[in-house]
Amino acid sequence: MANNIELLDEILAKYQGKKGSLIPLLQETQNTLGYLSRETMAYIAEKMHLPAAEIFGVATFYSMFRLKPQGKHLIRVCKGTACHVSDADSIKKAVLDTLQLSEEKNTTADMQFTVMEVACLGCCSLSPVIMIDGRTYGKLTPAAIPAILKQYATEDTL
Amino acid sequence: MNNISVKVGLASCGVAAGAKEVYNALEQYLKEKNKPVTLKKTACIGMCFEEPIVQFEGSELGSIHIGKANPETITQILEDYIAGKAPAENVILAEKTSGKHNALLANQQRIVLRNCGIIDPECIEDYEARDGYKALQKALSMDSNAIIEEIKKSGLRGRGGAGFPTGLKWQFCASENADKKYVICNADEGDPGAFMDRSTLEGDPHSVIEGMIIGAYAIGANEGYIYCRAEYPMALEHLKTAISAAEEKGYLGKNILGSSFSFDLHIKEGAGAFVCGEETALMQSIEGKRGMPTLRPPYPAVKGLWGKPTNINNVETWANIPWIIMHGAQEFRKYGTEKSPGTKVFALAGKIAGSGLIEVPMGITLKDIIYNVGGGMKTSNPFKAVQMGGPSGGCIPAEKLDTIVDYDSITATGAIMGSGGMVVMDTGTCMVDVARFFLNFTQNESCGKCTFCRIGTKRMLEILTRITEGKGELQDLENLEELAVNIIKGSLCGLGQTAPNPVLTTLRYFKDEYLAHIVDKHCPAGVCNALITYKINPEKCIGCTLCARKCPVSCISGQVKQVHTIDQSKCTKCGTCFQVCKFDAVTKE
Ligand SMILES: Cc1cc2nc3c(=O)[nH]c(=O)nc-3n(C[C@H](O)[C@H](O)[C@H](O)COP(=O)(O)O)c2cc1C
Ligand code: SF4
Ligand code: SF4
Ligand code: SF4
Ligand code: FES
Ligand code: FES
Repeated sequence: MANNIELLDEILAKYQGKKGSLIPLLQETQNTLGYLSRETMAYIAEKMHLPAAEIFGVATFYSMFRLKPQGKHLIRVCKGTACHVSDADSIKKAVLDTLQLSEEKNTTADMQFTVMEVACLGCCSLSPVIMIDGRTYGKLTPAAIPAILKQYATEDTL
Repeated sequence: MNNISVKVGLASCGVAAGAKEVYNALEQYLKEKNKPVTLKKTACIGMCFEEPIVQFEGSELGSIHIGKANPETITQILEDYIAGKAPAENVILAEKTSGKHNALLANQQRIVLRNCGIIDPECIEDYEARDGYKALQKALSMDSNAIIEEIKKSGLRGRGGAGFPTGLKWQFCASENADKKYVICNADEGDPGAFMDRSTLEGDPHSVIEGMIIGAYAIGANEGYIYCRAEYPMALEHLKTAISAAEEKGYLGKNILGSSFSFDLHIKEGAGAFVCGEETALMQSIEGKRGMPTLRPPYPAVKGLWGKPTNINNVETWANIPWIIMHGAQEFRKYGTEKSPGTKVFALAGKIAGSGLIEVPMGITLKDIIYNVGGGMKTSNPFKAVQMGGPSGGCIPAEKLDTIVDYDSITATGAIMGSGGMVVMDTGTCMVDVARFFLNFTQNESCGKCTFCRIGTKRMLEILTRITEGKGELQDLENLEELAVNIIKGSLCGLGQTAPNPVLTTLRYFKDEYLAHIVDKHCPAGVCNALITYKINPEKCIGCTLCARKCPVSCISGQVKQVHTIDQSKCTKCGTCFQVCKFDAVTKE
């Protein structure tokens, strides 16, 4: 937490006094620290003179905020309409199976991957689609998943 | 071979399909061979199903677009093009000869997408070269009332879903007296299965920005926000670049183009909540709060962002503005119908051959869109329904395909025009499952403020889930309709008020399918897991043992080279055997 405080103070200073800055502030905090821990939110509340409940309320309202640590690579599996009718379920299953994860457990033990669902990545013409970090993969089949995930696994062991 | 240029489409879909690699191959080739060819980037021309797409221009062959380009062959195609030899590979559009999809494009009318896939969206000069910011110049010399009158005369209606007349909305806000007013661009595009706004922002951000500056001037606002969802990193990036460039050129900021009008524009990134697309929730979110819709009135035009009069429009609405100011209301009215003038952008997805982005005049029939602009069905499976309006909309069946596209005709089918997502479904799609999918979505996204929206959608979802699991009863259908009526009545915002639409339209047009699930315990489309049985066809099984080895619960038995069988009592219906069998021996019923 100690060096996090320095980072946090920097971010707080940047948004100081700007109207409507809570959400971008939390976004940047999450980008820097990986997730929003209870301590982090309490600290922000104190510094911004806001009730902790308000910060917590905002953080839980928006699906982008993560209250738990997450893996190094974020895999977003699209569950939008176009992907759904193109059997996105089987893609999700392949991702979970390959990483030995489940609906309940969405981060790998080695903290390498976190899997989440999103409502549409805007690349519906390539459905079914997943996004790993910033990169989109389209026209997927369950069989294609292991090879894609492997790239990220090896990249890091290198 | 003087002015030969090559353009690569580098919008999200293109990049996902490998367009960057194609671009890099061309770049390296041109460097090595030192050829006098200009290599450029562009965004989405709409034929996303043919990505990566490369355009060649400038030889006597005229403009040629190549689809499904790959880094290995693209340089050879370029060499041929330079030599005046027409490429043999996948020519999708051609100026002088017949490209594969020339006809699909010819049936479109591009106003909003006028620059998409043509200009480099990160280059303001490209935009200027196509009359960009000329409408702003013209507007600044006009009286603000005259601008509002022109927009009113054009009959432009909001493209975000509800279709409210834009000019009238502007007038409400303009007539408010306040020290401060805001304009907002709604780029939240939460409807799953829609990507019109993403492509517009990626492909031509300046058209939206120019529209907003003109609107702000007409209304008397000097600050604006673009609220864009965070799932669109490229759109956000292009917007940022565009805003800085526009500031540098004096189109944004203090005393725009030497006038007394000043306007600042900011970007706000969404944080992942569908309900924030609703205008009052969106403003709460900009203010840094939980995005909960508030009661209207007061309308944003009176009391909006930070309590000030605010005008909010959708991306596509804003992108229409510069065109209307440049060409006039009368010209705009040449397209579309009396009550729905102009064009509409649609995102075609699902089981359609030509999935991508199209812009068509209002008044065109759905049939024309699907078969003459979208290229028909993707596979040999026949058409079943087209979903319009996302979670607020409904499924329109084959017998209604002659419906014309305008706000009122689409509403009459029980669906809504919505923001432009069209997901095409074939006989392999289960309509009960689709209804369940949408209810699951709205139930998840309900902000929880209204009891009927929060609990009612949950009850509906439970019923639908039961039906898809083969545990439904006939009484369920009545319960669904009753819940629907109550949710519509008891909800504060559009999310709840429209949440039952996907159920109501499927019940209206596909009741048979509900009955099949409930009475016969059968899913005609073969989608609902609990109602499917996997069987091995003894005529086709050669006993390769693959399925038995892959079955996660080891419920397939059989000796090598002998017919295998499935123990139905243990089968979890995971579908693995169906996927792996190379001899089509596993069937799904
Ligand atoms: C739940 C819900 C979600 C919405 N999502 C969007 C959206 O993503 N984009 C949008 O432009 N309008 C959306 N709207 C409509 C907006 O409330 C508003 O009507 C629109 O932005 C007005 O712009 P227009 O008049 O240009 O269409 C949504 C409405 C509701 C009720
Ligand atoms: S209708 Fe639903 S989403 Fe809208 S305010 Fe009520 S609970 Fe929230
Ligand atoms: S994979 Fe197909 S062919 Fe092989 S044993 Fe199974 S059913 Fe028979
Ligand atoms: S569907 Fe899955 S569980 Fe059932 S037999 Fe096939 S592989 Fe085994
Ligand atoms: S529905 Fe999956 S990308 Fe849009
Ligand atoms: S994203 Fe490339 S054509 Fe649509």
